[in-house]
Amino acid sequence: MAKELERAGFPTATVTSLAAVAVKVGANRIVRGNRFSHPCGRPGLPPAEERAWRIELVRVALRALATRVDGPTVFEPEGP
Amino acid sequence: MRIVQYLNQFFAGLGGEARAETPPGARPGAVGPGLALQRLLGAEAEVVGTVFCGDGLVADRPDSVVPKIVGLIEAFAPDVVVAGPAFDAGRYGLGCARVCAAATARLGVPALAAMAPENVAAELHRREVLIVPTTATAIGMPAALVAMARLALRLGRGEPLGPAAVEGYLPRGRRMNAWAPASASQRALGLLLARLRHEPFTTEVELPRYDRVAPPPPIADPARMRLALVTECGLVPTGNPDRLEWVRADKWLRYGLGGIDDLARGAYEVAHGGYDAAFAVEDPDRLVPLDAVRELARRGEIGEVLDAYYVTCGNHGILGQMAIHAREIAADLRRQHVDSVLLVAT
Repeated sequence: MAKELERAGFPTATVTSLAAVAVKVGANRIVRGNRFSHPCGRPGLPPAEERAWRIELVRVALRALATRVDGPTVFEPEGP
Repeated sequence: MRIVQYLNQFFAGLGGEARAETPPGARPGAVGPGLALQRLLGAEAEVVGTVFCGDGLVADRPDSVVPKIVGLIEAFAPDVVVAGPAFDAGRYGLGCARVCAAATARLGVPALAAMAPENVAAELHRREVLIVPTTATAIGMPAALVAMARLALRLGRGEPLGPAAVEGYLPRGRRMNAWAPASASQRALGLLLARLRHEPFTTEVELPRYDRVAPPPPIADPARMRLALVTECGLVPTGNPDRLEWVRADKWLRYGLGGIDDLARGAYEVAHGGYDAAFAVEDPDRLVPLDAVRELARRGEIGEVLDAYYVTCGNHGILGQMAIHAREIAADLRRQHVDSVLLVAT
């Protein structure tokens, strides 16, 4: 999916928990998400903190979209 | 000969997707498919133990979990490790391949996994792990176990394996010296003639199947871009009004987000047979982060957000079909004057 969208010319940030798989299949702008069943969620946190974490995660995706890459590159969110 | 089998939580009899976080564990003797494997192995080998782990955990946390699994395997002092069959279950396949690779690297024990050739783990790991091809679903269990038993016995005896096509495992990309009946130029011409005559032929040099896409140039300024949300996680409005398939989806859908700031609990469900949707149903933003994207748009960090999201279901997705979905979505994105995409992949 990511590759076809990029092939069509759209810079695409892929949020996924399986970053290593995304690298090997050739997605270019990869953002390490949390877990397979909720890549943009951290259910263990209080709602306000989870939302703040998610905003930071999307900021990492924006950074990925604005960064020149030569091939599969993983962008890491801060924190555990 | 001592054999240890790795299984996921389902085939170990512990439960389905709700138990995907099951921590690594072990049982003496054969469990589930291991019982049939034992019958096929006969008296020469014994399944001395079964080690298992939840698919979610082994896929998402391999660095911490795989060493524990290997530790449990080591305690049974095996001569051979077998894993699966995982058929085309992606996370189970990843678990099998990683456990086999680690068992061989850390314990020096030969290992063998079984899964469908189209399983993403087979593509990723077949160069380092011996993999027996299976059908996509468990309907091929008997044949898979026959092949596993045969190769496990050969590995346990320390017999060298011949080429993949002869032995029945997926090609590892290794070259072996062998006497050929004709020179390279004669064989090459033979292949060419067979192709021109529309006869079956087998290439001697297989080309890699994952092509690379040159990354498009970056967005100059996210504060001026128009962003779209795309996902293959299967998030659909409650009731799944357009009947998105939960496996091998043959369509993609676009749902409006106009006037919506936050994906509300209860308004969405997940059409995806590959993971436990409980956390996502509780808060759909955990899949499609609309609340965060809207907030950043309000703060001026994102120029504009398309008032719709695109969704399909990637569960057991067929690569060619997914590529068609993606090209159709890309065509629609162009009509919507979108500049960039945030894709959520499960």
